[in-house]
Amino acid sequence: MEEKKIILDIHDFSVTFEQYEKGFRKMELPVIRNLDVTIHEGEMVAVVGSSGSGKSLLAHGILGILPYNAAVGGEILYDGEPLTKERQEALRGNEIVLVPQSVAYLDPLMKIGPQICRGRKEGALRDKLNKIFRNYHLKEEVQQLYPFELSGGMNRRVLVSTALMGNPRLVIADEPTPGLHMDMVRRVMSHFRELADQGAGVLLITHDLEQALEVADRVVVFYAGTTVEDADAADFQTEETLRHPYSRALWRALPQNGFRFISGTQPYVKELPEGCPFGPRCGRCSEACRGEIPYRSVRGGRVRCVQSA
Amino acid sequence: MKGNVVWIGKQMIRMILLIFFVSAAAFMLVSISPIDPLQANVGQAALGTMSQEQIEKLQVYWGVGEPPVERFLAWAGDFFRGDMGISLLYRQPVSKVIGVKLVNSLWLMTIAWILSGIMGFILGILSGIREGSFLDKLIKGYSLLIASTPAFWLALVFLMIFSVWLKLFPIGLSVPIGVETSGVTMLDRIHHAILPAVTLSITGIANITLHTREKMIEIMESDYVLFARARGESTFSIVKNHGLRNAVLPAVTLQFASISEIFGGSVLVEQVFSYPGLGQAAVTAGLGSDVPLLLGITVISAVFVFGGNLIANILYGIIDPRIRRGGVR
Repeated sequence: MEEKKIILDIHDFSVTFEQYEKGFRKMELPVIRNLDVTIHEGEMVAVVGSSGSGKSLLAHGILGILPYNAAVGGEILYDGEPLTKERQEALRGNEIVLVPQSVAYLDPLMKIGPQICRGRKEGALRDKLNKIFRNYHLKEEVQQLYPFELSGGMNRRVLVSTALMGNPRLVIADEPTPGLHMDMVRRVMSHFRELADQGAGVLLITHDLEQALEVADRVVVFYAGTTVEDADAADFQTEETLRHPYSRALWRALPQNGFRFISGTQPYVKELPEGCPFGPRCGRCSEACRGEIPYRSVRGGRVRCVQSA
Repeated sequence: MKGNVVWIGKQMIRMILLIFFVSAAAFMLVSISPIDPLQANVGQAALGTMSQEQIEKLQVYWGVGEPPVERFLAWAGDFFRGDMGISLLYRQPVSKVIGVKLVNSLWLMTIAWILSGIMGFILGILSGIREGSFLDKLIKGYSLLIASTPAFWLALVFLMIFSVWLKLFPIGLSVPIGVETSGVTMLDRIHHAILPAVTLSITGIANITLHTREKMIEIMESDYVLFARARGESTFSIVKNHGLRNAVLPAVTLQFASISEIFGGSVLVEQVFSYPGLGQAAVTAGLGSDVPLLLGITVISAVFVFGGNLIANILYGIIDPRIRRGGVR
């Protein structure tokens, strides 16, 4: 198999929020740090983590749409070159596209058709939209509807359609299926798989490991703002092939693997422990876990754990 | 269709109740007012020289001594039959007095209303696009300052600057002094209306600006604007496609609801500019115990304000597709 080109390479990425506490004391909240993700062309990578772990900020960080009080660090390479603010502005909505969670991300007062075309009226755009709609079995009349008039099924297809108006090489899907029926989830996921099979890199951000494993090629496990493991989807077939204790805990929590959960909760950014963020909940936590934890390559994947071999 | 008829019926009942209570309240206020109509209109000195008979005649004319409830019911009965009574001060039918004054005032209020609506909306949008920017601070500061400035004081300041010092506009009235009605040109009327209208609209602008700004900030922080940005739309495109569209809805409601404020403001502003409109007539009627005129003006104002709110409600349903198309859901 020929080596696929790397489309997105995120290295040691961090997002820090500046906040003013009472008494005008400036607080720095490191919501994301030590985040590493690599996506090849035609590859679907799922970033899996529980709610509140800062996953959406990763998407916003890549697109350059973080709020003004957020500072980013680390390195994002797109197509081999640093993804600067100028490149983000030029590429987003065209080569780099976002598929949001729900129709709440659509303007409630703008009809679907004009909205997908971003208010522009060129004939070529309209032809393209008609073609996309036919592909997704959406009637042309849907373009004349307002977002609130869409049915649940149309919703997702419309949102995916927005991504196809450009020439997407990197698709970021941010929790694209919350509260959906499993059949529906499969159908939505198949749209993304299709995009990947056509050569685009797909970054699927989700809290649902099961769903990620069904479609993704690789799974990046995200915990308390940090990537703890980067594994092949196939590694999730057994507990032993996984590298990080948290990934294993996630595995054990799957229904078919016993539905077992571990005690404790993900630490809040302000109360992060020294060293490994998972330490307090880990059964094998030792002195070495309190220091700097490197991201190491282990058995074809990567892991941020000193104990893993 | 049936729903519409019921709705219209409900609104009519509401309006009738409103008019009844407003006029009753206004009447109660005049009847407990300490102003003695005879002293106020005839004067203490003149009263002293009059015979008891003459005074009694005047008392009957001004309704002194009659029980208030009876007087109110008599007025309400006539009003219901379409007779608004005769103004005691102008000695003309109230409907005729109001007609003349209303034309003057409408002229003023319409200019102020449109001006404040458009200016307020534009300023609010500009301010809300980037919260905390220099422009935003400037507009917000200006609006807060104006919003806390009494309209009559502003009117006095404008009168001083533009009429007294710069002599750009007349000191007062709606037409030039010493010119026959036939000789008054449109230009004269506009010239006389500019300063009061501007004063009136400036106070209105602040309110609409602040509300639109608030809405615009909310829009700019919304998920759909975030997504639009993620799709590569520029700020200009976002404002054009999403900002105006979503901000205009509350602005329209506010604009029609603000009729009441323009009405209220006109009372003070007309007084300062001696502008012979409805507001000034209301003050004259109130101070001179001209009950029929005062009640007439009260009712007309109530109808206007009610109408404004009603139009706002109806327009909302027409403009907002979620109500227009999705009303059944």
